Amino acid sequence: MNYHPFVIPFTVGALFLFGVVFYKFYAWIAALDRKQKFMVKQNIFSFKTIRAIGEIFREALVHHNIYKKNPVLGYMHMSLAFGWFLLIVVGKIKASLYAGTFFEPPWLGIFFNFFAVDGHAFSYGEMLTFTMDFLLLIILSGLALAIIKRVKSSLLGMRKTTKHSRFDRIALSSLWFIFPLRLMAESTTASLHGNGGFLTNSVGHLIPSAIAPYAELPLWWAYSISLFVFFVALPYSRYMHIPTEVVLILLRNWGADTGEQLSGYTDIQLNSCSRCGICIDACQLNFAAGISDVQSVYFVRDARYKTLSDEVVNNCLMCGRCSNECPVGLELTLVRQQFRNKQEIPGKFYYEYTEPVESKAGVDVIYYAGCMTHLTPSIIISMKKIFEAAGVNYWFMDEDKGVCCGRPLRQQGFIQQSKNLVIKNSRIINSARAKLLVTSCPICYKSFREEYNLNLPVMHHTEYIEGLLADGRITLNASNVTVVYHDPCELGRGANIYEQPRNILRNFSLIESDYEKENSLCCGGSLSDAILDLRLQLKIRDHALGELTKDKPEVLVTACPLCKKSFVHGNKARVMDIAEIVAGNLKVIARKKQSVRKEELQLV
Amino acid sequence: MKDLGFSISQSRTIDLDKSDLSAYRRVVEKVPSAKLCLMCGACTATCTARNHTDFNFRKVHLLFRRGQFEGLAEELDKCMLCGKCRLVCNRGVNTRAIIYNMRIILENLNYKSIK
Ligand code: SF4
Ligand code: SF4
Ligand code: SF4
Ligand code: SF4
Repeated sequence: MNYHPFVIPFTVGALFLFGVVFYKFYAWIAALDRKQKFMVKQNIFSFKTIRAIGEIFREALVHHNIYKKNPVLGYMHMSLAFGWFLLIVVGKIKASLYAGTFFEPPWLGIFFNFFAVDGHAFSYGEMLTFTMDFLLLIILSGLALAIIKRVKSSLLGMRKTTKHSRFDRIALSSLWFIFPLRLMAESTTASLHGNGGFLTNSVGHLIPSAIAPYAELPLWWAYSISLFVFFVALPYSRYMHIPTEVVLILLRNWGADTGEQLSGYTDIQLNSCSRCGICIDACQLNFAAGISDVQSVYFVRDARYKTLSDEVVNNCLMCGRCSNECPVGLELTLVRQQFRNKQEIPGKFYYEYTEPVESKAGVDVIYYAGCMTHLTPSIIISMKKIFEAAGVNYWFMDEDKGVCCGRPLRQQGFIQQSKNLVIKNSRIINSARAKLLVTSCPICYKSFREEYNLNLPVMHHTEYIEGLLADGRITLNASNVTVVYHDPCELGRGANIYEQPRNILRNFSLIESDYEKENSLCCGGSLSDAILDLRLQLKIRDHALGELTKDKPEVLVTACPLCKKSFVHGNKARVMDIAEIVAGNLKVIARKKQSVRKEELQLV
Repeated sequence: MKDLGFSISQSRTIDLDKSDLSAYRRVVEKVPSAKLCLMCGACTATCTARNHTDFNFRKVHLLFRRGQFEGLAEELDKCMLCGKCRLVCNRGVNTRAIIYNMRIILENLNYKSIK
């Protein structure tokens, strides 16, 4: 008889767990938006599903991404997740072989050693017992690391570790007990019947034979109860990320998009966070400004438990450093944005007062400087110089009466107002029938690329200048000024423009900082954070400035008027926009008007 | 008469004891730098919206501070939150955040999810 009442807590807990998890999955999938559902239907029977399964293995079980970032932390996650998974699978195989049927009771694999006291009297018995003991040892080592992390996170190379909610604490404590209890229960049985492996038999020898008969049953009961507690707490704790991540990876591979509005996919992302805390270490608000309670992990937790505060939603630079580091690949800034969005007022139109701008016909290039660029006139002057040197037939669209691109409104959640501005600008841009739109502001650039429906391509001036140089339409004087380049958040992580500015700066003596490309810092001037105190904002700026000018470059080059404005006041180095340094080094070549015309058509 | 771009203001009395100052207190709580404003008007001079219309942040701020809310909501709708004003303010006032909070208070704009 492979039954004993102590299996009841485990069985009830497991049934509860499956019920709740599947109910949640069902509710989330039903709440996907139309586009997301369409993508699922489109791709469910395709190669993408196979790719997703590969990713599930790599990320949900082996935790490859965490391993790459922090090997010790990666090992901890892997030993617990993959180790436990294998323990269940091998346990199941062992139980099936022992019982001689695939349909043995589900608890047999879990409490195998208690029931199978007759040693290893079945095929591969010895080998399987060895494997099980080995897996248990791996898990216990991971658990030891988890306990160390809790007590002293710096030992695992983490500056901060996450604070816990009540359910987390229950789940975590039961998790700490599960495997040691299993070890003790199996060892006690092994000391009585000698049916253990290298680990359980050895530990079993240490148990005094006078105690073993009395300790055996209580230990198995305790093991079963700890499983029950863990299973019941799991759906309400951080450990919900274990099943949810599987769904997330599938949906992501099928092409689901976070979108503008809250949807089932938002819930899935919120529940997939393992609260590993990597995002806390990535956030400048933490390491440069000393704020450590608004980071993505807390935002995600509060959003999930519906306890979000204004502060947590809005105190964020939206720099994207955390999403870049998140091992689960959560789109943290996009999700935060969804929670910032305000309700729309149907039929209301804003900005009716703006004076209509007549678009200029017959130009090739439209130049839109952007509000911020108007505060750094040197960028505008430089761009004009570059356009003229290249002989471009351009129109400076917002020279006199521009309106904002709409992104700053959007980032604060005023979507309706933002859309009104998009309509206004689109009308002007599209009616010009030009061939290219160039902007100097990465914020505008991202806005044009993502929110506008334009009849022409958009370039940030870094891309544009690179093209002009490559086509030989402008050339630069040789220069050996040492420069360091700062990637603006919206241009780098936001729009993936990393190589173009570096190609331009090859004409100078470019040195590298510790914060290049995806790892670049925010200048602190981000418009997205309407809460951050000026004093702290300056702390972030000074820290970034200090890092960037460590090797004493002569010029700090950036490609965003807002970054420039922030850094200029830091008085650490000469700060220039990339357009300025290019304009300052232009080699003036006299050219015939004719040839200019011809080349122009190629570029635009 | 020649329009010189300025005129003499109508005289009026504001009884601060009778005004509702609680709304402004809520703004200051969220944006402490509001207290630093010395009403110099630099923000207004640079304003993108001001370039098109007579929207005036300095004035809106002052009226709100005194509890004179009449017509302010419509006035605030004119701001594009572009942030230029925040960058020019010599006192380090987070102008944009003040506007944003006044807007939320006056228009009762709620978040989707935060109750
Ligand atoms: S958001 Fe990502 S990085 Fe942050 S705790 Fe969650 S899983 Fe880790
Ligand atoms: S987007 Fe930037 S500021 Fe916001 S939580 Fe992430 S790292 Fe911190
Ligand atoms: S917010 Fe700043 S710039 Fe505007 S009036 Fe006040 S002190 Fe002057
Ligand atoms: S944020 Fe508003 S008030 Fe400030 S400059 Fe822009 S439009 Fe004007």
